[in-house]
Amino acid sequence: MTAALVLAAGSGIADLFAHPFMRNALLAGTAIAAASGLVGYFVVLRSQVFSGDALSHVAFAGALGALAFGVDARVGLFAATILVGLGLGAVGTRGRPDDVVIGTVFTWILGLGVLFLSIYTTSSSTGNGAANVNVLFGSIFGLSTGEAVAAALIGVALCAAVLVIARPLLFASIDEAVAAARGVPVRALGIVFLGLVGVCAGEATQAVGALLLVGLIAAPAGAAQRLTDRPWLGLGLAAVLAVAAMWIGVLVAYVDGDVPPSFSIMATAGAIYLGAYAVSRVRTARAVARVGRGPAHRTWPDPA
Amino acid sequence: MASDVTPQLSWNLVHDVQQLFEFHFMVNAFRAGTVVAVVAAAIGYFMVLRQQTFAGHTLSVVGFPGAAGAIWLGVSASYGYFAFCIVAALLIAAVPHGRGRAFSEESAVIGTIQAFALACGFLFVSLYAGFLNGIDSLLFGSFLGITDAQVVALLAVGCGALLVLVVIGRPLLFASIDTDVAAARGIPVRALSVAFLVVLGVAVAEASQITGSLLVFALLVVPAATAQRLTSRPGVGLAWSVGLGLLITWLGLGISYYADYPVGFWTTSVAFAVYVGVQIATRATGARAARRRRTLAAAP
Repeated sequence: MTAALVLAAGSGIADLFAHPFMRNALLAGTAIAAASGLVGYFVVLRSQVFSGDALSHVAFAGALGALAFGVDARVGLFAATILVGLGLGAVGTRGRPDDVVIGTVFTWILGLGVLFLSIYTTSSSTGNGAANVNVLFGSIFGLSTGEAVAAALIGVALCAAVLVIARPLLFASIDEAVAAARGVPVRALGIVFLGLVGVCAGEATQAVGALLLVGLIAAPAGAAQRLTDRPWLGLGLAAVLAVAAMWIGVLVAYVDGDVPPSFSIMATAGAIYLGAYAVSRVRTARAVARVGRGPAHRTWPDPA
Repeated sequence: MASDVTPQLSWNLVHDVQQLFEFHFMVNAFRAGTVVAVVAAAIGYFMVLRQQTFAGHTLSVVGFPGAAGAIWLGVSASYGYFAFCIVAALLIAAVPHGRGRAFSEESAVIGTIQAFALACGFLFVSLYAGFLNGIDSLLFGSFLGITDAQVVALLAVGCGALLVLVVIGRPLLFASIDTDVAAARGIPVRALSVAFLVVLGVAVAEASQITGSLLVFALLVVPAATAQRLTSRPGVGLAWSVGLGLLITWLGLGISYYADYPVGFWTTSVAFAVYVGVQIATRATGARAARRRRTLAAAP
């Protein structure tokens, strides 16, 4: 019986890889998810999730702008996200960003995206009618082999780049003033990092779409930070959780054809975060209980 | 018949406006737009004052799965917007807000929730096969096909929301500007905050039906932020906010009637132009005032 199950599972997995679209999806998805996890860890650590949000708007406008002018969507996508990422880094976004300015500027950029969308759909008769849906919500099953290989290579390069600057970046993220005093080029690091976030946004757009990329960046990283305070472990965990969300999501979408992969990936990522939250709550409760059981009902001095 | 001709702008403004109102759908678009602009601008003023822009952002994103789900179930999208936005407002009110280090954690949660909400909307749209084209109007707005009944519903709900705002307006202003002192003076700060978030949910749900879920900021934030740039007096600022909201909506609708491109692009562009224009103007007057002060100080 067990043997039969294993056999069935084995042939199921063989089936899985028989489809080129699944191979492409898993190849690109793994690299994209790992990169998103690594980048996301620092994004959450540096409280820059809202820059990711801003980049998602830019990704939409950039990709559709390229399509409207008859260029490969990826050109506009990466050009826009990297430029704006570097720009955000140069302007400086320490602390709480100014919600109003960000909201106003990026709503307008989204409006520009709508303009490009309408130019694209009205001018090109050969245009793909679902292009905007693909840009907004991703189409990981629609990647061609060439696109998947390119996405995987960029993903691997992105992971490498993040790991190269990880040590100084970690220092600069946790204590900027001390890092600067120790000669770490804090400002340059910040700009380079937001450029990398731009690359990551462009990558993630191809998998889960411009609107959902924030989830792929924030959820696994947020979960990793809930689970551990140790930076290197957390960094690795974020990448592993992101890849897990990607694989589970893709498999669920493969099994149930009605579910779009972007949804199942996001749902898995959200579930992972919820799980991490529950684990950390239980741990805190246990720690509190342990303290409570200690030297019986000691009265603590008033902190004030 | 004139209705067969594509609308043409002429130098005769009266004629242009007549042409604009020739079709019933356009009249309804203006009615709905007016209601939405007033409600969104008034409530947005308090939202910007209370620095709850991202609550507004989250609410607008959550409206999308609401509307998509409602359409999937065969109900009017309006119900979905209102139901999801109000429930989400209550949830946001229930979640305690952290400060300092908790902020990074909180922003990760918000990002995750927003992405998940959008993914749910996408799921509903996919499940409702054949509706993929409608996704654009849910996300980026549309002013076509607003029925008389919808205008009445928008008006009724909008009046209700404004009425609540009038009742809680004064204590809310106090609580928004100085929470601690207001609490010390016996004002129910917590209850006010919950009530305001619900009203904000209603405003977002209304605005989403014209601007779409992603472009709500054009009507909710821009008029309010611009008004606060122009004056710090609350009454005057509120009036400015409503006036600018109307200007943005009317211009956006009017231009998109004559020009090819979608209403979402025009409203956001007008809004952005207004915001940038006022920024430049106030900076220029600020610089001039500073120079005058310097010359006065230099004079013997």
